[in-house]
Amino acid sequence: MAGIVSYGAYIPVYRLSRAEIARAWGRRAAPGEKAVANYDEDSATMAVEAVIDCLKGIDKQTVDALYFASTTSPYREKQTASLVALAADLRRQIVTADFTNSLRSGTIALRAAVDAVNSGSAKRVTVTASDCRLGIPQSPYEQDFGDGAAALLLGNEDVICEIESAYSHTDEIIDIWRLETDQFIKAWEDRFVIAEGYVRNMKEAVSNIMKKQGLSAKDITKAVFYAPDERRHAEMARELGFDLKTQVQNPMFDRLGNTGCAFAMMMLIAALESSKPGDRILFANYGDGCDAFVLRVTPEIENMRNRRGVKVHLASKMPLLNYEKYLRFRQIIPVEAQAREAANAFPPVAWREREQLISFHGSKCKRCGKIFHPMQRVCIKCGAKDEWEGVPLSHRKGILYTYCIDYLALSGDPPTVVSKVHLDGEIGVYCLMTDRDIDKVRIGMPVEMTFRKMHDSGGMHTYYWKCRPIREA
Amino acid sequence: MIPEACIPITGNADQSEKHDTKRNSILHASRGRKPKMETIKDKVAIIGMGCCKFGENWDKGADDMIIDAAYEAYEDAGIDRKDIQAAWVGTTMSGHGGVTLAAPLKLDRIPITHVENFCATGMETLRSASFAVACGAYDIVLCVGFEKLKDTGLAGLPAGYMHPVLGINVTAPGRWAMGATRYFHVYGLSPNEGRETLAKISVKNHYNGARHPKAHLRREVTIEQVLNAPLIAWPLGLFDCCGNTDGAAAAIITRAELAKNFRDDYVLIKGIGLAIGPGLGKEDADYDYVHLPETEFAAQQAYQQAGIKNPRKELDILELHDCFTISELMTLEAIGICPKGKAKEDIDAGTFTLHGELPVNADGGLKSFGHPVGASGLRECYEIYKQMQGKAELPERQLKKEVRLGLSHNQGGHPGSLLPIITILGRKE
Repeated sequence: MAGIVSYGAYIPVYRLSRAEIARAWGRRAAPGEKAVANYDEDSATMAVEAVIDCLKGIDKQTVDALYFASTTSPYREKQTASLVALAADLRRQIVTADFTNSLRSGTIALRAAVDAVNSGSAKRVTVTASDCRLGIPQSPYEQDFGDGAAALLLGNEDVICEIESAYSHTDEIIDIWRLETDQFIKAWEDRFVIAEGYVRNMKEAVSNIMKKQGLSAKDITKAVFYAPDERRHAEMARELGFDLKTQVQNPMFDRLGNTGCAFAMMMLIAALESSKPGDRILFANYGDGCDAFVLRVTPEIENMRNRRGVKVHLASKMPLLNYEKYLRFRQIIPVEAQAREAANAFPPVAWREREQLISFHGSKCKRCGKIFHPMQRVCIKCGAKDEWEGVPLSHRKGILYTYCIDYLALSGDPPTVVSKVHLDGEIGVYCLMTDRDIDKVRIGMPVEMTFRKMHDSGGMHTYYWKCRPIREA
Repeated sequence: MIPEACIPITGNADQSEKHDTKRNSILHASRGRKPKMETIKDKVAIIGMGCCKFGENWDKGADDMIIDAAYEAYEDAGIDRKDIQAAWVGTTMSGHGGVTLAAPLKLDRIPITHVENFCATGMETLRSASFAVACGAYDIVLCVGFEKLKDTGLAGLPAGYMHPVLGINVTAPGRWAMGATRYFHVYGLSPNEGRETLAKISVKNHYNGARHPKAHLRREVTIEQVLNAPLIAWPLGLFDCCGNTDGAAAAIITRAELAKNFRDDYVLIKGIGLAIGPGLGKEDADYDYVHLPETEFAAQQAYQQAGIKNPRKELDILELHDCFTISELMTLEAIGICPKGKAKEDIDAGTFTLHGELPVNADGGLKSFGHPVGASGLRECYEIYKQMQGKAELPERQLKKEVRLGLSHNQGGHPGSLLPIITILGRKE
């Protein structure tokens, strides 16, 4: 029977306090803060982070499929899973698929992964869910929504958590939606959305899977289930008969926000982070119907403690000081740009150089052993021609050798910290620094690499790697 | 039948097997050695120069500025356009091909070459033309460098072709600022000390430029103004950066033995150094960001040709490519005027001021005179040429000392990828 082999998560470094959003609109603030993707992040880059976290210490060659789930894929037409797989350095002969359009996409992908493993068509499948949804300014959704990503590796060996049962049903209702051209979420009257959408479906799914497994609320160590907001989450816990304090995974509304189709999986990862062998978890997700799972934690869970997951990413944060900057990050308001030429977008270059630009490989000279990025056909040191092999660099940490803080360069969040980094003390990488506090940038500071969007020129997205201060709790 | 010596040394090994003995002996003789070249010293003379008013020349097109510079040079040399046998024209982004010069000047059926070597383009026209004159191909050659930057509406230089990923977010001040950050760190200057040292260079160059009627930014500034100016690329502020300028400059050169037919106070080329490396300082972790190895090598080439043993003592004037103040500072060390890490001491002592021990950028440099990219190298030579002739426009600008030997440094690129041309100019003995 398929189970969860590993997990990983990603939460952007920025937090925007709901009081600051409320300040802008003269409204009441919901409690706490929400995670906000930096200007150079989107659902694809966050998924890459979560997948890399999930696959830490795992042979990437063993992954047979990657499923990407989101309601906010960077492209309306063009796969994102293929980009995530390349950036996470998975092998080429795998199945990639995007699961989109439903808040439930993450668990639909999870269900498909479980089926693939159970059928024997794949040994190991990575599922990632990532969302960066926009509530219209001044709406409660704007305060509620946060950004983040989760990843699970499914397989049938070394499982940390067995999937004892899976249940799904479908439901057709127009409660929350977006048309092709909509930037912001649309929703029908709240009372209808909650009563006939969320509450009816969630109760139906949970009661069905519990009945199917012959379980009652007291048999569940931890209940993990989606809810649109904090109040509805607590109400649902009561309705389902769980003790909110001891039996229910905290939904992190006050620190993270509702991360859309990644939300339930992120809660599940938070639950796994504090779980013990033998724990039984109820996991349920809503959106155009419901998915529900009963999970059982195994002793293998003890090998999973080095993930950044939800816990470390939640603790590692930086305040986004004003709402206007949030509007800028999400390109909700136009902003005067520096008088510089827009960047080029050349798909043939991005394709030709995908190994160094997306997989972030360097060239290692087979003669003298030196590693360079960008890759060099003729070795800088010994002059050997075409005697090199690609080596992964994205996991290596480094120090900042020198930098500048450039106010002239075109950027979605000036100034630009241009950096020369020495990875492993000896591999020179020239790149931009992101997630930085410019007052804390110093020569010698430790940095790591992160996959980011460089620009949106030419009506397409161009991705590459940047350095950032190391994320730690 | 092709003479054996003409077989390209990079030719296919199998095809050229029969020439192996001869070819190998040529290769063996040249491999790993410096080119066996006669020195350019005293072979070429500058007999006329011109320089248009630099600035935001909204009312002038590139053609107007080319005409202004070239006709001043004709008049200075006492020649007519019909005397010109060949021409070299330099621009990085304001025109293409020889016709860009022939059209405004109505040059008719002569060889004209367009050269481009980043911001060293102006000096490249003189360098390329000098070798043509030295080998006897032409007697009278015109060099023109120009740039029309202010029509673009852009801040800083247009980037031109950019790699969609590796080439973006790259600005010239940013590249040099990375050198400044590292320089401060390595030589123990606090950011404030470092920025103040650079500010003194800016103050000096603005002082000098304020006195030149053709300079772009003719205004003195104080250290406080420099330090408090808006940041461009920390640690560099607005006044650490050269002007974005329109302009053109021109030179007429001839073989040295013909120069006396035109004037007595011609100026001789004593040496030209150009050293370009693979430019991989960004990628190579061994590059230290405080040395400018290409500039060091180009200076050695030029000194060797000119027979200069002690540049600090022997040179009377320096024109350095101060696109950014940190460039002037690092170049002073790279060309052997100051010991490594010690330029601050001389800057603090006022060594390089207009009437100091060794004036640097007496005309204001790129900082104040402005930087029309393709013109700057010839503009630097224009200043040394005029100072040597005792013809600085205003008496207060004329150096009090004898100006016998000067160095002009024009460069493209940035620490880690430099393209420096160093030309030594001298009066006839």
